[in-house]
Amino acid sequence: MSAPPPPTPAPVATLPPRRTSRFRLTGLVFVYVALGLPTMVVAILVTVAIPLAAIGIGFGFLVVLVPVLRRLAGAHRWIAGAVLRTPVPDPYRVRTERGAAAMVRSWANDPARWRDLAWAYVATTLSFLVSLVPLVLLLGVVWFLVFPFVYAVTPDGVFDLDAGVVQIDSAGSAMQAWIPAGLLMIVWWFTTPPVARLRARMDVALLAPTRGELERRLAHVEASRAETIDHSAAEIRRIERDLHDGAQARLASLGMSLGLAEQVFDTDPESARRLIAEARDTTTAALDDLRGVVRGIHPPVLADRGLGGAVEALALDLAVPVDVRPALPGRLPAPVESALYFGVAEALANVVRHAHASSASVDLTYDAGRVRAVVADNGVGGADAARGTGLAGVARRMDSFDGTMMVESPAGGPTVVTLELPCALSSPRTSPS
Amino acid sequence: MRVVIAEDLALLRDGLTRLLEANGLEVVAAVDNAPSLAKALGELSVDVAVVDVRMPPTFTDEGLRVAIDAREARPGLPVLVLSQYVEQLYARELLASGDGAVGYLLKDRVADVERFVDAVRQVAAGGTVLDPEVVARLMSRAQPGGPVDRLTEREREVLALMAEGRSNTAIAARLFVTEKAVAKHTANIFAKLDLPVSGDDNRRVLAVLAYLQS
Repeated sequence: MSAPPPPTPAPVATLPPRRTSRFRLTGLVFVYVALGLPTMVVAILVTVAIPLAAIGIGFGFLVVLVPVLRRLAGAHRWIAGAVLRTPVPDPYRVRTERGAAAMVRSWANDPARWRDLAWAYVATTLSFLVSLVPLVLLLGVVWFLVFPFVYAVTPDGVFDLDAGVVQIDSAGSAMQAWIPAGLLMIVWWFTTPPVARLRARMDVALLAPTRGELERRLAHVEASRAETIDHSAAEIRRIERDLHDGAQARLASLGMSLGLAEQVFDTDPESARRLIAEARDTTTAALDDLRGVVRGIHPPVLADRGLGGAVEALALDLAVPVDVRPALPGRLPAPVESALYFGVAEALANVVRHAHASSASVDLTYDAGRVRAVVADNGVGGADAARGTGLAGVARRMDSFDGTMMVESPAGGPTVVTLELPCALSSPRTSPS
Repeated sequence: MRVVIAEDLALLRDGLTRLLEANGLEVVAAVDNAPSLAKALGELSVDVAVVDVRMPPTFTDEGLRVAIDAREARPGLPVLVLSQYVEQLYARELLASGDGAVGYLLKDRVADVERFVDAVRQVAAGGTVLDPEVVARLMSRAQPGGPVDRLTEREREVLALMAEGRSNTAIAARLFVTEKAVAKHTANIFAKLDLPVSGDDNRRVLAVLAYLQS
């Protein structure tokens, strides 16, 4: 018996490899300051667009601006994660419908979006001033360091200073500026880490999921895990039944045919020959059964070629021409591949059965840790995930991976089914397909 | 006829060897992994290779890949691919060169010894042999308006049998028509699929290829 393979480590968010250096911290603080102005602009525009949206106009602004705000908040989550050396998850609710109105409505109902806005106000005022501190200190250090050189190249008298003890009136005395440079350097050295951490904590306070959100998410994960377990238990029972009633029964009857043939081999060669021919047909049928079972568990071409190749192979067997555009940079984890494959297969089966479409397409893309499969057709539309058992099953399956299914299918068509789930790429692409 | 067998399961490898040798073919090498197959095809003089799709080291489709690579190095190298399952995608890739001398069959077909050995000989002679399951799936999804759609019912039947690697004689016997009628149908098929008359046997391959790509 060979030992089971070691469990693969869970993917972790990228973090700086060791203790963050002060220069890096100052750099991150500089990013805080640089992002201050755009954040302020977006915050003001969103604030203006919200009342405008209430009277109809302004929707367009929100559709554009809210995602921008999310990006800005996301950047700050990342920086806070880098400074505090712990990943900051994002708190947004997952949207299940498409369309601009539904989108804006779901944003309005998501507390995390409102907290984004509150954060933007704090980030451009109080937090902004906090993050200026290390930057100003470092600029001071630089200024006093170069001061003697500046003094030397400027005309006499411009930078002369007479402040009691300190008198600067010559190139030599200008060197005194290195004393405050050193002092500021010490202040910068000791204040930068706490100030950067303070700023990061201020962001985290508004940008990280609240306890309520985390609890809700946990409840959701528990529910979908229970469902997945039920689902796989049912699946295992189905496989057991298929094998028992199909291949096993056929192999047993094969044994019987061969046994009988052996008995009558000498006395009745003609019926022995007939029994053997029967036995041969039975092996073919048994293999057919087994192939069916294997395809239901994990299609072989999926194992061979990954999601892109398997979807291409699937498309070849359909009566409707399907344009498959796989753009995945590598192989996905096997469970993800399998879930997406069966989801795409279900969506394509619907295209053939219900859509009356003359063409369809499947796009597979990977971006920012999320893999997306978009199945579109030019058919009559009217698909409803709440009614069909097939699509509802796909939605459940996506759910157990923390993924989503969006169905956009107005009566009259066209239908677009989008499956999306978070995952890490497991290995670089090795196959040329 | 010199045959190389590539199959990782010892039971099946020995079975194939026995089966082919019992039918007067010479098995010059029987290997169990992709690198050895590539080596055997590169070094030995081989009339036909019988190759399993799934083999070590990765147990995905390296048999197929080695076969395609070997045919790139030696165009027209006859290869008969065996698999536990058939995929149109793989049939397409094998036939893509248009050189013929390709077969792609389910492993179960070996049970029909006569037809299997016949398929090996057909492929070695430059023919194309596709599994009836691949052909059946192709038949069920000819696209409206495509070149194959222009064929009559009978012409399609002839093309399907052609794709399975049957000779005109065998097709005639199967469809209960004269060989002359089959010849007439094939001529029509070539004309409708825009394959110019050239007296080249490869047109049978090209017709099958046109079918696969419709």
